Amino acid sequence: MFEIFGIPSTALFGQLLIGLINGSFYALLSLGLAVIFGMLNVINFAHCAQYMMGAFAAFLLLNLTGLGYWGALIVAPILVGIFGIIVERCLLQWLYKLDHLYGLLLTFGLVLIIEGVARNFYGSAGLPYTMPESLQGGQNLGFMFLPNYRAWVIVASLTVCLATWFVIERTRLGAYLRAATENPTLVRAFGINVPLMITLTYGFGVALAAFAGVMAAPIYNVSPQMGSSLIIVVFAVVVIGGMGSIMGAIVTGFGLGIVEGLTKVFFPEASNTVIFVIMAIVLLVRPAGLFGRRA
Amino acid sequence: MKSLLSLTAIAVALAAGSAQAQQLSVKIGVMSDMSSLYADIGGPGSVAAAKLAVADFAKSNPNVKVELVSGDHQNKPDVGSQLANQWFDVDKVDMIIDIPNSGVALAVSQVAANKNKLFIVSGAAASDLTGPKCNANTIHWSYDTWMLANGTGKAMVKTGGDTWFFLTADYAFGHALERDTGEVVEKNGGKILGKVRHPLNTSDFSSFLLQAQSSKAKVVGLANAGGDTINSIKQAAEFGIVKGGQKMAGLLVFASDVNALGLQTAQGLSLTESWYWDLNDANREWTKRWQTERNAAGKFPTMIHAGVYSGITHYLKARVALGGSPEGKDVTAKMKATPTDDVLFGKGVIDEAGRKRHDAYLFEVKKPSESKHPGDFYHLRATIPAAEAFRQAKDSGCSLVKG
Repeated sequence: MFEIFGIPSTALFGQLLIGLINGSFYALLSLGLAVIFGMLNVINFAHCAQYMMGAFAAFLLLNLTGLGYWGALIVAPILVGIFGIIVERCLLQWLYKLDHLYGLLLTFGLVLIIEGVARNFYGSAGLPYTMPESLQGGQNLGFMFLPNYRAWVIVASLTVCLATWFVIERTRLGAYLRAATENPTLVRAFGINVPLMITLTYGFGVALAAFAGVMAAPIYNVSPQMGSSLIIVVFAVVVIGGMGSIMGAIVTGFGLGIVEGLTKVFFPEASNTVIFVIMAIVLLVRPAGLFGRRA
Repeated sequence: MKSLLSLTAIAVALAAGSAQAQQLSVKIGVMSDMSSLYADIGGPGSVAAAKLAVADFAKSNPNVKVELVSGDHQNKPDVGSQLANQWFDVDKVDMIIDIPNSGVALAVSQVAANKNKLFIVSGAAASDLTGPKCNANTIHWSYDTWMLANGTGKAMVKTGGDTWFFLTADYAFGHALERDTGEVVEKNGGKILGKVRHPLNTSDFSSFLLQAQSSKAKVVGLANAGGDTINSIKQAAEFGIVKGGQKMAGLLVFASDVNALGLQTAQGLSLTESWYWDLNDANREWTKRWQTERNAAGKFPTMIHAGVYSGITHYLKARVALGGSPEGKDVTAKMKATPTDDVLFGKGVIDEAGRKRHDAYLFEVKKPSESKHPGDFYHLRATIPAAEAFRQAKDSGCSLVKG
């Protein structure tokens, strides 16, 4: 066993892996934000509330209908996605022509309302949610104990991220979407229903947040404020990756997870701040973000 | 968002012909975390407890008019002291109670001292409030870090948990709890192998748990609270900490946290509290009233809520005894001189340092199969008598203690 900066190498490998796992959550969440910003030009501050709704939906599905974790993984994102579509149709669609700030204010207001309602009914302490039995336990990797659930988080998150990237960047549907963002009038002239596509994109972005929420329920405290502590970090991830860049969001999400993980070993007190330090540096050097295109 | 609600004005009409009876008017401010991680252990539940205390007191003292206001300190010391200043100066509040955040409580304690008003701490934990940072205008009611350390810490060391690793919330409260527990552990022959300080409101503890795991310490001490404790325990189960032979010591765990964890995850956890709703008939009776007042049937009051009720009751007694509108220091002196007695904590005293002394209890969380009804969380393992449950005034380092 050798040491790196006074830390045993085995401990360091463990921390790298943990960072990667946390990065999967960042990647999943920032991916949804990036998709929504890239396609709708809306800064979706409500993302954290929708993430929380995903976890709450999983809890309610289990307690009201008896639907377990695996079912919730599919049903909860659909339900929350439908909620997102209603929000888009009723509220957001009127703001596309206005400055970004209006969308941000509206979605921020939504966060306050949704969190307030959840707190009113369920309090702030949190709700119990147990892990499905098939994912309990873990593997001893020699350098660390890897819970099966965490391994599943990495696999699921990577799959969803890459699938989303593939659909948007490599398929015809994705091409329509990207074209509609560039020039909606022209795309409409080809007979494509642009507003419907935008609505479904928002619904999909929201469903991604809810999916992350269900993934988080067995390991994080399911409480009304669970999203707000994450959202700022996730925004920083999106800004570092480049607003609207899908691959940027994924790569930066995983990358920053690792950086944060390492900070927790060397200087734990700074683990909340390190991401913002990186953000400040990136914005100074590359104002459009690491993967962003200059406007 | 800063809701400053003028809540109730319980004005009791004077009976005709009793014009010579002296009307006493008192204004109490309940300052708490109304909307974030500590809102369930204090928050609206503390306001409900305050209302019950005022209503009960009005029954036997109809000539006392008590007005309650409440506000949100948002866990920010600057917000808290600003609100305290406003309450004392503009709104003429006589006494502030609760504050479930040690950082805010230390700031407000200073404000109360500067203005010669009164502050009863029910929510915050740092034992510094009656230690080096004590003052003649502050009384610490329900519990503190010394009591928690002495209860859970000592019990763990005595049962063989003699090497410790701390996960500590990186602010006044976490540091105080880690320090007090560390002292207890070392005094009883244990050793501290390491510690890691995490930011308040952290969602992922896996990295810290991994460090705790590789330290090989027999006990992982959680010097944190609320959502942080819940996340640590939930993830410790996932990482097989307990299965691997290490023990978790939740140094500050409330009934609401156990509820959020679920008994499946929380079972076997040792913890110390000074009040538990299911301990006796008086507590159960009060809990029912609290649930109605709070309008939350499935929720259970914490020791912080009980402390708000008990603290206000004793304060009002002192005010009636003194009459008029005395200065803060005179009221605390009266409160210290009078033994306390109420339905929730029974008989007790307040010592020179401002520390309210009562029994503390060592509990163990039940298995799911042992829990008979909702909220049936704990086995009582030991009762720590008031004389031993809290730090002796002479050891507190408080300048108020003479000799």
